[in-house]
Amino acid sequence: MIRYFFTRLAGAIPTLLIIITATFFLMHAAPGGPFDQEQTLSPEIAANLQSAYGLDQPIWTQYERYLKSLLHGDFGPSFKYKDFTVTELIGQGFPVTLQLGVIAMVLALSLGIPLGTFAALHHNSAADYATMSLAVVGIAIPSFVVLPFLGLLFGVYLHWLPVAGWEAGSIRHLALPVIALTLPPLAYIARLTRGSMLEVLHSHFIRTAFAKGLPLHTVILRHALRPALIPVASYLVPAVASIMTGSLVVESIAGLPGIGRYLVQGALNRDYTLVLGMVIIYSTLLIGMGLLVDLLYAWLDPRVRH
Amino acid sequence: MGGLADAAARRLRSNPAAVVAVAALSVILVLTWLGPWISPNNSQTLDWLHIAARPGMQSSHWFGTDRLGRDLFVRTLAGTRVSIAIGLAASVISLLVGVSYGAIAGYIGGRTDHLMMRLIEILSGLPLIFFVIFLTVIFGRSEYLLFFAIGAVGWLTMARIVRGQTLSIRQREFIEAAIASGAGTGRIILRHVVPNVIGPVIVYATLTVPQIILFESFLSFLGLGIQEPGASLGTLIAEGAGEMEAAPWILLVPGSFLAVLLLCLNILGDGLRDALDVKDG
Amino acid sequence: MADMVPTLSVDRLRISFSHRTGSIEAVDGVSFSIAPCECVGLVGESGSGKTQIFMAAMGLLGSNAQVSGSVRFEGNELLGVDGPTLNRVRGSQFTMIFQDPMTSLTPHLTVGTQLAEVMVTHLGMPWKDARSFAGRMLERVHVPEPKRRLNQYPHELSGGMRQRVMIAMSLLCEPSLVIADEPTTALDVTIQAQIIELLRAVRGEFGMALVLISHDLAVMAGLADRILVMYAGSVVENAIAGELFKHPRHPYTAELLKCMPSLTGPRLDRLPTLAGQPPRPGEMLEACPFAPRCPRAADRCRVERPQLEGPSTSQVACHFPLTA
Repeated sequence: MIRYFFTRLAGAIPTLLIIITATFFLMHAAPGGPFDQEQTLSPEIAANLQSAYGLDQPIWTQYERYLKSLLHGDFGPSFKYKDFTVTELIGQGFPVTLQLGVIAMVLALSLGIPLGTFAALHHNSAADYATMSLAVVGIAIPSFVVLPFLGLLFGVYLHWLPVAGWEAGSIRHLALPVIALTLPPLAYIARLTRGSMLEVLHSHFIRTAFAKGLPLHTVILRHALRPALIPVASYLVPAVASIMTGSLVVESIAGLPGIGRYLVQGALNRDYTLVLGMVIIYSTLLIGMGLLVDLLYAWLDPRVRH
Repeated sequence: MGGLADAAARRLRSNPAAVVAVAALSVILVLTWLGPWISPNNSQTLDWLHIAARPGMQSSHWFGTDRLGRDLFVRTLAGTRVSIAIGLAASVISLLVGVSYGAIAGYIGGRTDHLMMRLIEILSGLPLIFFVIFLTVIFGRSEYLLFFAIGAVGWLTMARIVRGQTLSIRQREFIEAAIASGAGTGRIILRHVVPNVIGPVIVYATLTVPQIILFESFLSFLGLGIQEPGASLGTLIAEGAGEMEAAPWILLVPGSFLAVLLLCLNILGDGLRDALDVKDG
Repeated sequence: MADMVPTLSVDRLRISFSHRTGSIEAVDGVSFSIAPCECVGLVGESGSGKTQIFMAAMGLLGSNAQVSGSVRFEGNELLGVDGPTLNRVRGSQFTMIFQDPMTSLTPHLTVGTQLAEVMVTHLGMPWKDARSFAGRMLERVHVPEPKRRLNQYPHELSGGMRQRVMIAMSLLCEPSLVIADEPTTALDVTIQAQIIELLRAVRGEFGMALVLISHDLAVMAGLADRILVMYAGSVVENAIAGELFKHPRHPYTAELLKCMPSLTGPRLDRLPTLAGQPPRPGEMLEACPFAPRCPRAADRCRVERPQLEGPSTSQVACHFPLTA
């Protein structure tokens, strides 16, 4: 098992490197630069700025310097937010986004899986149809529509929860954004689990488990659950991607100081280093998640290990 | 083929959710195209007398107006029209690309197929939004970029499905017969493979449209999509989100339209999937 | 002997499955009983209903099944009983060995866990003790290196070994009735003989009642005390094994025997086969179901359904049974 993990890890690092390299070169290959949107600068000042940021060096030198600084955890200065380095910006915003995302993912799994199992066990009943109908709603309607509606209902009309804003450690401010982020993956996981559980329940080994006189909860928890979760494991990386995407919007609407807004703003401002830093963070997260999922597969299905 | 279509239509009709969805969609489509004729207002006029007016039947602004006095009814319908148009156009493109890609990969098989599928795997792993944002950094905002990005959303799943179907069909005897009779590869693909994959294609095409509409709305919401003065549901929702506490209807109207549109399309797609008995992958 | 409670008593059992287009009758009024320690062979083609009878008894049929009649285990009714009640005997006193060892074991649990859980559940044994008990049982079914096998996963074992594990699993709580459903069908011919031998040995050691279901009469020779022949959902002959092999009374049984290749009989150029097909499970008619294929069929056979009749040593459902 350990060897399996390190093999996958060894494969992941080149992927990350390729992404960083490709992103870097693409950005610098594009026409224009980060200072184009400023008011027209005199050529001397422009030249000074270029050299101050090292933009007048040959591209390979810039690349080398960038990689070296990455290893020191330095993502470089932000071109737009002049007083901050990208590292500082990320340091401020990342914990917020991480909190949001982790809670959403955990909720989606811990509610979605039992819900899907319940629906499978009560196949074709009213409860099953009700759950699956709710699931379609959750899947179809995106978080940037759900959040404002929730805000309207719970914030403006009922005054139960704040609509926007952020206070460190405040659950009330996180509640609506988290709910909006959790709903789509939760709905999808519930649906996946239900379908997969239904299939597993018809397998021969489940028939054997029942024939052995095992109680229902043992059959489900010990025998059926792990194989049933394999499609859910496959969905985990897209789920994280979906939560990351949703957080861009949710942070913007709810006014949360996460890193999502940096990505969009950075794009609009053509802030190279910021966007590069964002891409690296998000890619690392996804690749890391992929590694975790590989490990998970090995646990769910021992046949994979050999 | 006709018999299959009839059986499927019957099954669809007996699905209450799908029937309601089709009805709702028709209403929306009709409204979208005829709406502007019904209302006395147009989407550009700024009505200074009725800034951020509540919806009601008394004034001519049935859905109210926005912060600049523009009639929300007409504006929302226009936005819906833009969203649907983009959704359909991009869906058609991704359909064509996906079906061709999948059919070719599945038919040729072997290493070509393997390579083509690897490409799809890699592309599937990237969250598209980041890619788009990234491209925006490089090329700045442009409508071509928007179209390209949106078109890139739907074709992956379609290609995968079609390739799977093609692979299994290829084994069957009538293909061997066609090859033996000397028909060219292109002809075989067109006349034999394609008609047999129609079922899953219809289902996934129906499910791709809401995906694309969602993606476009998302981009527009973030400010990366349709620009002023054009508006899609995404931009309208962005405006509305800003006015939530003071004038909630500015958000509610386009938001509800988008929600209903996406919901109905998804229900219809699911219903078609059940009716045509299509399995995943 | 008459007042001994039969281990299993099946009375007018009917099973049908509801389908989109109607219902399908799989078992059409079957009655028989199994005495303690008796070994009964149940032979029939696929679709004859032989497996469904015991799936119903074990409560393993899906929700689309309609079951009527009675199945009593040691006097207690099994049909219509809820899960927890059924679980008191299911897997401990009344066990089943399934025909596909490749897919009948849970892939992500070790062999040891799957065996031990039977005792933990039914006897309240602590896990450690249950595992060592399981190891000893594996020895008794001649699985080599039992300790090592306990920690292995099913996919690491061969088909024959997996079937031995299934057999061990069925014996752990010293059942009074074991159902072996086509235990050798999915295995290599060489392994088949070993498994049959194992069943014979196990029966000698444990002395439980055993039902051996198969489409192959050869498998039952020398093992079954009594043989039930099923055709299209009903029992057509019920006789002591020796009698059945020497003097089959139902024409179907006779045809089955003819199809058995024999090492001692005359060399044949062709294996004799039965012409035609059994009726599809939906087609139960007011006639003998075997009539279309029967070489002895007469008009009466096509309009009147024969009932199972005769002394307990040899019952047959036929208007014109074969005589010795």
